[in-house]
Amino acid sequence: MNAPLPFESLASAAVLAAPEPAIRVESLSKRFPGAVAPVLDDVSLEIAPGEVYGVIGRSGAGKSMLVRCINRLERPSAGRVFVSRRELTRLEGRELRAERRRIGMIFQHFNLLSSRDVAGNVALALEGGRAPKTEIAPRISQLLDLVGLADKARAYPSELSGGEKQRVGIARALACHPSVLLCDEATSALDPETTQQILALLKDINRRLGLTIVLVSHEMDVVRDIANRIAVLDRGRIVEEGATFDVLAFPKSALARSFLSGLVAHELPPEVLATLVDAPHPDTDPVVRIVFTGEAANAPVVADLVTRFGIHPNILHGRIDRVAGRPLGVLTLVAGDSGDGRLAAALAHLSHLGLHAEIIGHVLRPALARRRSGAR
Amino acid sequence: MYFGLLSPAVAAALVESLKQTAFMVSIAAALSTALGLPLGVLLVVTSPGHIAGRPLVNRVVGTIVNLVRSTPFIIMMVAIIPFTRALVGTVAAIVPLTVAITPLFARLAETAMRDVDRGVIEAAEAIGASPLEIVVKVLVPETLPGIVAGVTVALVSLIGYSTMAGTVGGGGLGDLGVRYDYQRFMPEVMVAVVVVRVALVQAVQIVGDAAARAVNHRLARRRGAA
Repeated sequence: MNAPLPFESLASAAVLAAPEPAIRVESLSKRFPGAVAPVLDDVSLEIAPGEVYGVIGRSGAGKSMLVRCINRLERPSAGRVFVSRRELTRLEGRELRAERRRIGMIFQHFNLLSSRDVAGNVALALEGGRAPKTEIAPRISQLLDLVGLADKARAYPSELSGGEKQRVGIARALACHPSVLLCDEATSALDPETTQQILALLKDINRRLGLTIVLVSHEMDVVRDIANRIAVLDRGRIVEEGATFDVLAFPKSALARSFLSGLVAHELPPEVLATLVDAPHPDTDPVVRIVFTGEAANAPVVADLVTRFGIHPNILHGRIDRVAGRPLGVLTLVAGDSGDGRLAAALAHLSHLGLHAEIIGHVLRPALARRRSGAR
Repeated sequence: MYFGLLSPAVAAALVESLKQTAFMVSIAAALSTALGLPLGVLLVVTSPGHIAGRPLVNRVVGTIVNLVRSTPFIIMMVAIIPFTRALVGTVAAIVPLTVAITPLFARLAETAMRDVDRGVIEAAEAIGASPLEIVVKVLVPETLPGIVAGVTVALVSLIGYSTMAGTVGGGGLGDLGVRYDYQRFMPEVMVAVVVVRVALVQAVQIVGDAAARAVNHRLARRRGAA
């Protein structure tokens, strides 16, 4: 490189204009020769400094490939990756290795050295002139304190539980003061309780160190509480992206809805769904889905429908959760519509309260349905 | 024990032969390990998809290793004589022994190091480790139990091969047994040689197994039992 100046000055100009994202991925693609479909297909995203960014998708959707392209464990076929303004996709060899130290990574199977004890595993990240010799020991005890393993420094990985192994992985990943931490299914080999502990630790690290975290998981409940924003990946493409709460409250894609079904009652149980028809006719009642968010979740909605609008709702399905610290509920009910516009007025009232209500279909009136099935 | 049944002269010859065998075997083992380990590393890291994947280098080195391994030791020893004329006796025998055992040990080390989990190597890459660091800090230490076991196998093979070293004037236990049994009709010397060799192989195997266990941290053991 003879003339790096124009590029550098452009980059610094961009910093003045807007806070530079911690990670920027531009049109990233990865395809293996001979494979029919690409693993990653034109993925672009930006992750702000200090953000916890969740990437979810089914297995094989390309999530792991995406994070592995960020620290260049995999070489992308096309596209660019920037971490803290440095373009990793242009680096090789020594330069790439130096940049990787600024990016921590933890793995599903922890990937610790069985030949080294806990302190030795953390030391691996500090050796080779990365930290002055006299600073290695204090730094290790500092890191082990941070992850709550101060008393296990001399234990070998074979003597540790899964949760403890992942804590060692986290300590190792943080050793060189990275600005970014990549978590590739980091809790998928752990039981639910340990998962919560590791997530709490990650959240704590995110807050205390201002670390940007990219969290890849096939489980929605792993990212729900900790991620500020999430991207839903399907067959190598981002099908949905946004603030966690928005994606959970108003999923646009069918895939996101099905991912959320265990957490948020967006989808009706199949046996209820089967009774729904698209078009109204004289024997049906409209089915209304109401999404409760934030303050409006506390409004006495069902009572309002009865007392103010004279509608007698029949609840089909519902659930209220806390997502990213805010209440989120989805209620699906059958609203008996007498055809005099009461329902329209009620829906207007709900939207005035800040609730999101929509008619998602129509269902045969219960009395009629009973008569029909009796006749059969 | 059995030494009592042998004449003092034969007993002294037996001890002398044991010393020669121990000398040949230990020097050849040290050289084979020193040469075979880097060769094994080369075979692993140049294999396709590994940290320094060079399929062509891998194939060439692999073929040379196989060529040497497929040459019968007795033939190799005779073939090497022109190159070891400057050396005399036991020292001269060390060369063919080293040449024969290095590729064997390289393959044993390769097999051990090939089993290092890809994820562990990636974890080292992710924290910015160089290929050399990965070899020195990951591949070798992680497979040390397997490598130690490989040294044990190489040592036992060396003890076997060293019996043929008498052919080039290397001396040793095999040479002693052949000379006294077939040439002087003293079969009890051959029996003594066999007994000593059995004990030698047993000792090497026991020590080797213990060493492999001592460097193995994969198995959880009770605290303080180490």
